[in-house]
Amino acid sequence: MIRTRCEVLSNRRTGAYHSLTLVAPDIADRAKPGQFVQIAVPEGRETLLRRPFSIHQASRRGGWAGTLEIVLDARGRGTAWLAEARTHDVLDVIGPLGRGFSYAADLGSCLLVGGGYGGAPLFFLAEELRARNKLVGMILGARDHERVFKPIEGKRLADTMVITTEDGTMGERGRVTDVLDATLARTGAQVVYACGPNAMLRAVAERCAVRGIPCQVAVEELMACGLGVCWTCAVPVVGRDGRGWWNMRACVEGPVFNGSRIWWDRWLGERPAEPASSAPEPERIHRPEAAEVRP
Amino acid sequence: MNGEPDLGASLAVGLNGVSFPTPVLAASGCFNSGREMAGIVDLHRIGGVVTKSVTLHPTKGLPVPRMAETPSGMLNAIGLQNPGVEGFLQKEGPFIGAAGIPVVVSIAGRSVEEFSQVTLRIRDLPGVVAIEANISCPNVERRNQVFACHPGDAAEVIGAMSRLTRLPIFAKLTADVTDIVAVAEACVRAGAHGLSLINTLLGMAIDTETFRPRLGAVTGGLSGPAIRPVAVRCVYQVAQALPDVPIIGMGGIRSPNDAVEFLLAGAWAVQVGTANFFDPGVMIDIGEGIRRFLNARGLSSPADIRGKARLPDRVAEPAYRRG
Repeated sequence: MIRTRCEVLSNRRTGAYHSLTLVAPDIADRAKPGQFVQIAVPEGRETLLRRPFSIHQASRRGGWAGTLEIVLDARGRGTAWLAEARTHDVLDVIGPLGRGFSYAADLGSCLLVGGGYGGAPLFFLAEELRARNKLVGMILGARDHERVFKPIEGKRLADTMVITTEDGTMGERGRVTDVLDATLARTGAQVVYACGPNAMLRAVAERCAVRGIPCQVAVEELMACGLGVCWTCAVPVVGRDGRGWWNMRACVEGPVFNGSRIWWDRWLGERPAEPASSAPEPERIHRPEAAEVRP
Repeated sequence: MNGEPDLGASLAVGLNGVSFPTPVLAASGCFNSGREMAGIVDLHRIGGVVTKSVTLHPTKGLPVPRMAETPSGMLNAIGLQNPGVEGFLQKEGPFIGAAGIPVVVSIAGRSVEEFSQVTLRIRDLPGVVAIEANISCPNVERRNQVFACHPGDAAEVIGAMSRLTRLPIFAKLTADVTDIVAVAEACVRAGAHGLSLINTLLGMAIDTETFRPRLGAVTGGLSGPAIRPVAVRCVYQVAQALPDVPIIGMGGIRSPNDAVEFLLAGAWAVQVGTANFFDPGVMIDIGEGIRRFLNARGLSSPADIRGKARLPDRVAEPAYRRG
């Protein structure tokens, strides 16, 4: 983990998102797919906390050597500020943080599933998998074509590519989970890597669990520090033996978790009634549950 | 040239028998025990670490969302997640023993008995220089577990703990009371060596789109610069009433000037909490900033400015003293 001041090399639009390239050789050198960085917002604002971003690319070689690329969706005050960053601006960055995706030597066919800008870390992952001579299938889904993350680059990178949009403006109409089973069957994928909205991760993890396919998910949970000291980014994870559970920190024990060990109902609330597309967001658990808090 | 360069003022502070190399400690719940931060912060340049609160039994904590960012601050509702005292000794004990920095263990509990049990298990841990009694965490099941809301309850906990150990005990108090001086006095009479002021303030935020509270636990503790004036006021009031009792001040400190403000109000040392989240080296910068502040005024120690806030000749009817 390194804290460094990074120059912004470029800030480009990519569909509905912004893609920021930073000069950060020390972080780029150590970064692994699935890891993230924390970027400070400047002093003098009413927001204090850093913003976490997964690493989209970390270039160690070639013309872009020593650079790091992150993707952001300008939804909140922090990201809106960052979306305005200009070439030569300097950012205070900490990284690489968290545990990235892991590779199993004996699993040669991989399927990468990305929702929205959750596709970002999967590009970095796809390159690493390709370098290990693995077959890479990819599903990119989003609400509309603007939010499908880098579909053209994705097609170039992956051996097979399926695109879904909820409004049907690109690829197949529907959600990534609508094409997951067929794609798994067609590609013969032995492992699934997923990143995107938590509800999508849950659906993907559940499908994989049914089929007995290992599934690694990169989660998103509110984070104050990203360094492992605030205990904000809690994800309930069931023990290896299936008994008992504990709130793990997405920042240090994650953000990549084994999808079959997350206790989704506890974390995201009970599953909404089908059809999922018209159901409201799952209810969060509001009440501090005394029985659960107590040991 | 030989030896250390002359840096002028020394940052070391003594709190009636327990001393720290600088007056800037990490606040409980914002630094764990220092293990995670050691890779990015030189721990030997901070005053010490107050650990995340440890309870008797493993505590899983509250459901997410556990945090909501608010203007110049943040709300949190973690719910004292920790592995319990046995897990703590196993996971953090070796680090604390070997860290070579002063460590204050923060203890929390739902009953006097739990505070006592944890005290018994912590008191002989190498590297521990003091105990902070977290009797003011707002994220507990029932408000009657916030012992610092009542002088009698607070005194009962502190009394029980102080009979079990020779380690100095700092009682961590809340500003969510009508009369913090009364609680402070009760703790000192019960055996508290010093006071840590203040814990987070109980707060709440509601999402106006969804109509839902922004915290899973509905309410939570407010920290960050937003609460600093409240904290400075509490330190001032208690220091006026109990000038000989060591006070560690905290609440929204993020710069050297913020820390100096607490020292002027009467703090003997300070803790930094929320600022560590976004600026991990901030405690070192604050220490060096205090040194510069002292050097620029020809002073030699943080103690030289303790409680030196200059009050007007006539203070409005004692804000710091009950009638």
